Amino acid sequence: MPNSSKLFKVLVPLTSVLAGLVVGAIVMAIFGYDPFLNYASLFTGALGDANAIGETLRELTPLILTALGFSIASTAGFFNIGGAGQALMGWMASVSFALNFSSLPHWLLLLGSIMAGALAGGIWAGIAGVLKAYLGTSEVITTIMLNYIALYLSSFLVKNFLAQDQSDFSKTIPEGARLRTPFLEHLTQNSTFNYGIIISLIMVIVVYFLIQRTKVGYEYRAVGLNDKAANYAGMNVKKVIISAMVVSGALAGLGGAVEGLGNYENIYVMTSLPDIGFNGMAVSLLASGNPIGIIFSGLLFSILKIGGLSISVVSTTPPEIVDIVIATIIFFVGINYVIKIGLEKLSKKKGEG
Amino acid sequence: MAETMVEMKHITKRFGNFVANDDISLTIKKGEIVALLGENGAGKSTLMSLLSGLKKPSSGEILIKNKVVSLASPRQATQQGIGMVHQHFMLIDDFTVLENIILGDEKTKYGMIDRMGTRKTITDLAEKYHLQLDLDKKVSDISVGMQQRTEIMKTLYRDAEILIFDEPTAALTPQEIESLLVIIKRLASEGKAIFLITHKLSEIKEIADTCIVVRAGKVIGTVKVSETSTYMMAEMMVGRQISFAAEKVPTNQMRTVLELKRLVVQASKAVPSVNDVSFKIATGEILGIAGVDGNGQSELMEAISGLRKVSSGNIMLNDRDITKFKPRKTTQAGISNIPEDRQNVGLILPMSVSDNLILQDYYLSKNQSKGLLNKSKIHRDGQKLMSDFDIRADSILEPVGSLSGGNQQKVIITREISRNPDLLIAANPMRGLDVGAIEYVHKQILKQRENEKAILLVSFELDELLRLSDRIAVIHQGKIMGIVKTGDVTKQELGFMMAGQPIPTH
Ligand SMILES: Nc1ncnc2c1ncn2[C@@H]1O[C@H](COP(=O)(O)OP(=O)(O)OP(=O)(O)O)[C@@H](O)[C@H]1O
Ligand SMILES: [Mg+2]
Repeated sequence: MPNSSKLFKVLVPLTSVLAGLVVGAIVMAIFGYDPFLNYASLFTGALGDANAIGETLRELTPLILTALGFSIASTAGFFNIGGAGQALMGWMASVSFALNFSSLPHWLLLLGSIMAGALAGGIWAGIAGVLKAYLGTSEVITTIMLNYIALYLSSFLVKNFLAQDQSDFSKTIPEGARLRTPFLEHLTQNSTFNYGIIISLIMVIVVYFLIQRTKVGYEYRAVGLNDKAANYAGMNVKKVIISAMVVSGALAGLGGAVEGLGNYENIYVMTSLPDIGFNGMAVSLLASGNPIGIIFSGLLFSILKIGGLSISVVSTTPPEIVDIVIATIIFFVGINYVIKIGLEKLSKKKGEG
Repeated sequence: MAETMVEMKHITKRFGNFVANDDISLTIKKGEIVALLGENGAGKSTLMSLLSGLKKPSSGEILIKNKVVSLASPRQATQQGIGMVHQHFMLIDDFTVLENIILGDEKTKYGMIDRMGTRKTITDLAEKYHLQLDLDKKVSDISVGMQQRTEIMKTLYRDAEILIFDEPTAALTPQEIESLLVIIKRLASEGKAIFLITHKLSEIKEIADTCIVVRAGKVIGTVKVSETSTYMMAEMMVGRQISFAAEKVPTNQMRTVLELKRLVVQASKAVPSVNDVSFKIATGEILGIAGVDGNGQSELMEAISGLRKVSSGNIMLNDRDITKFKPRKTTQAGISNIPEDRQNVGLILPMSVSDNLILQDYYLSKNQSKGLLNKSKIHRDGQKLMSDFDIRADSILEPVGSLSGGNQQKVIITREISRNPDLLIAANPMRGLDVGAIEYVHKQILKQRENEKAILLVSFELDELLRLSDRIAVIHQGKIMGIVKTGDVTKQELGFMMAGQPIPTH
């Protein structure tokens, strides 16, 4: 049984993806678009050449971070919907730091900008953590509200302090704060792939160890699973709540920082929250919070996103249909619980027969 | 010859490679009370959950009234006339007793719930079986005993003919136990077939017709209760002789470990839950607390272990004022606490046995350095504790929630006793343990006493208090009615004091 359950852990998401692809194909066929052609351009668009792979990995970079952030909060029992706002604050802070301290030596500037992003995200989530710990305010509501505040606050700050003349975007960050390098650009035929991925992969390992191996992670798990028992065991539940939210937000803030320093290289007035926040939630849920799993589910999202772009380029399929197909695949992955039960029934029948 | 109600044939239930039920066959007849007796983890609850549709057997078949049936869900089991009263009740606190009873099986009239008709049905049933119920009270406001009667009524309302009771008396006070046993006997005399899981041999002796003894998943004997003794049943079940005569050697009670000075704990109620309580416990002494459930015992223990605010008065441990200590500081000061609610407070069910064993000292340098847990040492220590205290689990990495009820309890006892505290607070620590395990835990507690530790033992079982304690304090409505030496008091006298009468004069 332990063996087969490990197999199940892989089989369930794979089947989910497959089912999503099939239904997506049916949707395309119904509307008169060629599913084979579109899937082909989806995969070549995402993985077809070095540039495509570079773009997909760049898309993956912040997703891993926001997903890890969401996982940490869920480990301690919170539903942190505020990843988007925290990422935006991180983005804002890192770009501001880079622009304001451009005279710092290269490494210091880069490090400072990254840290500023993590700090801003951490503080932003920490507000929700403090409210939860001391007033019992639902983190779902506070993080949603903080998302809006982040969105409008960043617009305000960009317009009034960072944007030049009448534009609605900031200056480009100085050379020293860039995460992109000629080396990676060269390697991936001028994609936007950047060193952010190293931050993400390091964080995967850090978070894995934090949850599974450290005293703090043990406290997060205990509070998340049974806060009464955690209190009985002498844990400071309030402190654990706040600390988990701060770490969660710091990771999301890092996600925003790699968007700002690695991808966009500036910040602009946004009309909606960066989607790495919500997609990060989905990535984390899909991986059931497992840090290693997040790499794979994040990859799936990135492939769909980047590959989806080229469907509309190659064919006449409107982007709306592409979005429906992508959402369908994610939907099936999301209901993997149903798929799991289905597979269990199937394997039982086989076992009996 | 009465009709056969249930027949289980060659039932086997596996969890992975572990065999919880191994080729079990049994029958029960109309009007019969069959007791299932076995050590913690023997597989009793598992066997009954197969009958109530919660789990499915790996092989074997179940016949109800001589017809093979499939019991794939609790609903199917209900349709076959099977009802189970679980050890951990499954009631909704915010609903009334009546609403809980009809939940999921509401009879309707013109699309509306037929409250009048339903009420009549239930009151008739209650009268027939002498089940006293306040139908309009919320479940959160009624006693544990009445909650259990609500569970029983749920099964009767669904026309159950086969009733399963899984350790029904574990959470009840002696008075409630007496009335429950009367109810069970009446149910049987009205023609119900009844399975009773219990670790209390006296209950089996009192009401069961047949006793099936289970060991390590196998039936090792079926005996007629009238033709056997409790000692023989106990021996059959653990495979050796059990001695209940706990030997209490004289100890050196020279120094006060715990002292309460005029302690007042004001819970939500207007009247204080703990009202002006003062007592001392010395080294090598066991102080028992007797009282009817809900008279302030829980609040008293929570206050001492730092889980509840003290309104006034002082708590002194080894001459140190610990009144304002938080839980972590009380454990560091030398207090261990076996809480009454094992599933919600004492354990984190989804976590592994190993993780639960370090719950109180994961932060100590023996378990971690620089914030990194020392997993291999934690596992090694855990393995040793598991074998020392005979915790039966597949592996130390198994979630503690999948252990049998008694083994869950053993995890807490092991953790708290092995810390070798100056003061051990224990609330009904033997709840759900088999007789062999009780004998073992009694020995452990007495060993603590011999090592000059102080023990505060809260128990609903007067026999247990009389056997272990040096002195017994009786609590009633938050006040101590009197503290008596164990040798100087009878069960009856304790009973009077528990009902609120002052200390008897000899
Ligand atoms: N879901 C599960 N997964 C794995 N093992 C399980 C599961 N449920 C029960 N077990 C194992 O099956 C064995 C029998 O458990 P069961 O609960 O039936 O014991 P029991 O006889 O009721 O004991 P107790 O008197 O302590 O309640 C135990 O060793 C337990 O660890
Ligand atoms: Mg059991």
